[in-house]
Amino acid sequence: MAKVIYIDSAGREHAVDAAAGESVMAAAVKNGVPGIVAECGGNCSCATCHVWVTEEFVPLVGPPEELEEDLLDMGVSERRPSSRLSCQIRVTEALDGLTVEIPPEQP
Amino acid sequence: MPRRGTLIVGAGQAGVQLAVALRRLGDTAPITMVGEEPFPPYQRPPLSKEFLSGAAHFDMLALRAPDFYAEAGIDLVRGERVREVRPGLAATESGRELPYDRLALTVGADARRLPVPGGDLDGLCHLRGYDDAVRLRDRLGAAERVVVVGGGFIGLEVAAAARTAGRSVTVVEAADRLMSRVVGAAVSDFYLAAHRRRGVDVRLGSGVSAFDGADGRVTGVVLTDGTRLPADLVLVCVGVRPRTELAERMGLRCDGGIVVDARARTSDPAVVAAGDCAVQPHPVTGRGAVRLESVPNATAQAQVAAATLLGRPPGPPPPPWFWSFQGDLKLQIAGLADGHDQHVVRGTPDDERFSVLYYRRNRLLAVDAVNRPADYMAVRAALGRGATIAADRAADPEIPLKTLIEDPAA
Repeated sequence: MAKVIYIDSAGREHAVDAAAGESVMAAAVKNGVPGIVAECGGNCSCATCHVWVTEEFVPLVGPPEELEEDLLDMGVSERRPSSRLSCQIRVTEALDGLTVEIPPEQP
Repeated sequence: MPRRGTLIVGAGQAGVQLAVALRRLGDTAPITMVGEEPFPPYQRPPLSKEFLSGAAHFDMLALRAPDFYAEAGIDLVRGERVREVRPGLAATESGRELPYDRLALTVGADARRLPVPGGDLDGLCHLRGYDDAVRLRDRLGAAERVVVVGGGFIGLEVAAAARTAGRSVTVVEAADRLMSRVVGAAVSDFYLAAHRRRGVDVRLGSGVSAFDGADGRVTGVVLTDGTRLPADLVLVCVGVRPRTELAERMGLRCDGGIVVDARARTSDPAVVAAGDCAVQPHPVTGRGAVRLESVPNATAQAQVAAATLLGRPPGPPPPPWFWSFQGDLKLQIAGLADGHDQHVVRGTPDDERFSVLYYRRNRLLAVDAVNRPADYMAVRAALGRGATIAADRAADPEIPLKTLIEDPAA
């Protein structure tokens, strides 16, 4: 288990206990965190689970792979260096406390 | 008078989305959602992919956490099937009565059976629900020779998984090309070659006349040309049959599905339907009717249905999109290509990285993208805002499509 904290576009924090191996998207959707839509269910096909990873976690989470990079490039409303699709981030014990911001708009 | 709220019949992707959308739109009335399966609502797409390969287990498939429904005020009734619906009151097969003010049908579809001799032999599988997937996964572990009947998305996804697991795999398709209902001929040809390169034996133009068996177990598939293919596991993936029985008993108009309008209303405007069970006006042209079997459609249509139930105008319809990940071949489709009069191929299929754009009278309709997600996203974005991409320039795979999007004149 690891705690993941989602900050929604109104600034509210939602803390979720996520299982190791689960995606950051799945943990949010299952627990009804608003603003992460995830239409494709985690197949890196819809770009509706976009998050901004907070600065201190960016090196731990790592950069997007090619498929994700293409979706971020084209499919999200406000691309930042910390942008990731949360379906492509796997929860690990090392990511305990991971904090991500949810953009106001998903495409 | 106490509010009886909304009754949602069917607890799949569309049903869950409809319930969630009602809450998001501020509806505080009770919501009851009835599903016939004993499991909490789950995602079906991974059943033919990650679940078979062992990369996903049930908890990872759940659409929402177990506590979510109660917290959202959604009464989830599992393991019950609605038998009868009268105005204001539905009854399940076990006799449970479910009063309602508003009714939504998200009843989905069943895997179609092949009406040929031997269809009830052991070792013959279909794939629709979690039960089916568990059975298939367990049998796949012990099987040597697998025959998949049907060369559509699901059949080919399972074929790819079985081949990756080292099984001998034959795909039998009645049409003269793979996935003929959903992709263009160039893409079908590519997939034929690509699956053959990976060692899958693909037989096109082959119908099935019977299943062979011994001691009640399937031992092979008999093709219409008399060929016998030995098999210890047969998966029949020949499409779905929308579940219209309940709607028909209610007197709702059905024609290859429950007929709805662009606002998800059935022929009784007080009743909405969404997802695999619903036939809707063509979302792009408005001419003719289509039944779209996809998660994105279930999601979008459920949101429209929720707005309709609350008397709100729905948002503009997003362009339809689909995906099918067959092993390492990631197919992503945006738009609907039917009626196209021109197509443009970007990249070379031999590289296993290309896309095909479809046009009608120079207007962009759709894309089939294989391992080219940027092309898929660009076309999806263009279609979503009524833009197009010039066909002559799209053919150059070195020019990013996103730089070619031409927005409609303001």
